Amino acid sequence: MTQSLYDTLGGEAAVNAAVDIFYRKVLADNRINRFFESVDMDKQASKQKAFLTMVFGGPNKYTGKDMRTGHAHLVKMGLNDSHVDAVIENLGNTLKELGVKDAEIAKVAAIANSVRNDVLSR
Amino acid sequence: MPRLTFEAHGYELRENESVLECLTRHGVTVPHSCKSGICQSCMMRAVHGVPTAEAIKGLKQTQQADGYFLACSCVPQVDMEVTLDAPELFLVPATVQSLVKLNSKITRVRLQPAQPIDYRPGQFVNVRRDDGLIRSYSLASVPQQDDYLELHVQRNAGGQMSGWIHDQLKAGDTLQVSTPRGECYYRPGALDLPLLLIGTGSGLAPLYGVIRDALRSGHRGPVWLFHGSRARNGLYLVDELQALAERHKNFRYVRCLSGEPEVDGFVSARADAAALQQHPNLKNWRVFLCGHPDMVKASKRNAFLAGAALRDIQADAFISAH
Repeated sequence: MTQSLYDTLGGEAAVNAAVDIFYRKVLADNRINRFFESVDMDKQASKQKAFLTMVFGGPNKYTGKDMRTGHAHLVKMGLNDSHVDAVIENLGNTLKELGVKDAEIAKVAAIANSVRNDVLSR
Repeated sequence: MPRLTFEAHGYELRENESVLECLTRHGVTVPHSCKSGICQSCMMRAVHGVPTAEAIKGLKQTQQADGYFLACSCVPQVDMEVTLDAPELFLVPATVQSLVKLNSKITRVRLQPAQPIDYRPGQFVNVRRDDGLIRSYSLASVPQQDDYLELHVQRNAGGQMSGWIHDQLKAGDTLQVSTPRGECYYRPGALDLPLLLIGTGSGLAPLYGVIRDALRSGHRGPVWLFHGSRARNGLYLVDELQALAERHKNFRYVRCLSGEPEVDGFVSARADAAALQQHPNLKNWRVFLCGHPDMVKASKRNAFLAGAALRDIQADAFISAH
């Protein structure tokens, strides 16, 4: 069995390092930050940690249904493909900052893209 | 809708109704205060049925294992039977040692607990009056230096507890004090890190505790306090803080007035704005935020965007009960 990307990147520690960088980028990105304004930043951060764990291929309990119900209110707010693209772009830049190679970043983006339809309720 | 059972009585829950709301609506008295999952004074225990994840946030593992949960944060997803045998919340009676007005709105209360209470400066306690009214107050005292618990009580418009403390409480009276809780305290072990403390109104109380705890612990990094109020008479402990700044060269005290023009010795800005303007890069800083919930929420975001790690931002929003 080949090592998962999650392990290659450094497991939970890598996710923890990535969360702050990723969340900061997202909050500073005017294209999408309105979807991330949350009452509770810690709660928001733990959701992002779960998301990063998933796209790194780590242990997660996400299902397509979770993705749909979890984002339904955002779809009502107008969430569309361009916003998903922006999130994936921020994700890529986060990984670049952490020294992850382009080939690995492409794999992460592919996993993120695999939930696009669920996220957008299609 | 799931059904709620309390003392052998069944109650119909409404949609999105919490255990606290449902019981209160039916005239059951459940101790509570902040209704935001913070003060933990509405802790109950589930005899049957599983509390929601939201309702056990912040509780100790052992409490979670025993079925304890917060009634204000629990919107039952399954039938539940609950009881009110809350654990060790109000163990300690405390006698009022002194009451001193620090300014027109803030009274300093010093309490002598009947037995020593273990706490970190900056944590909060729930204070319970004889009739069961509960409010949370932060600890400004430092156990290694002070043989009392010190609270700064700000009078809120229509505030039942704060009004009573200001107008009626006397030295010698007794209150019940809970186990201290909260994450807003100085974490030892990193003596050279810069600290940024931003407070409004009586949000100074926990910060005053944190600052003295840090300096007492030999903190070497810079310690910046931005205390804000609309007008000059809203500030307090000015002499004490200035004296502290003279004794400790690494402690800087900045007084911020949001509603007055620039005068010597004061910054004319909100405390959070002044702090972020002076310290735009907060990478590797530890940040403490206490006071008005809107200020705390905005500052948390801004401090994070300025580079502070989320785990290094300790916040204590003073949510007033209603």
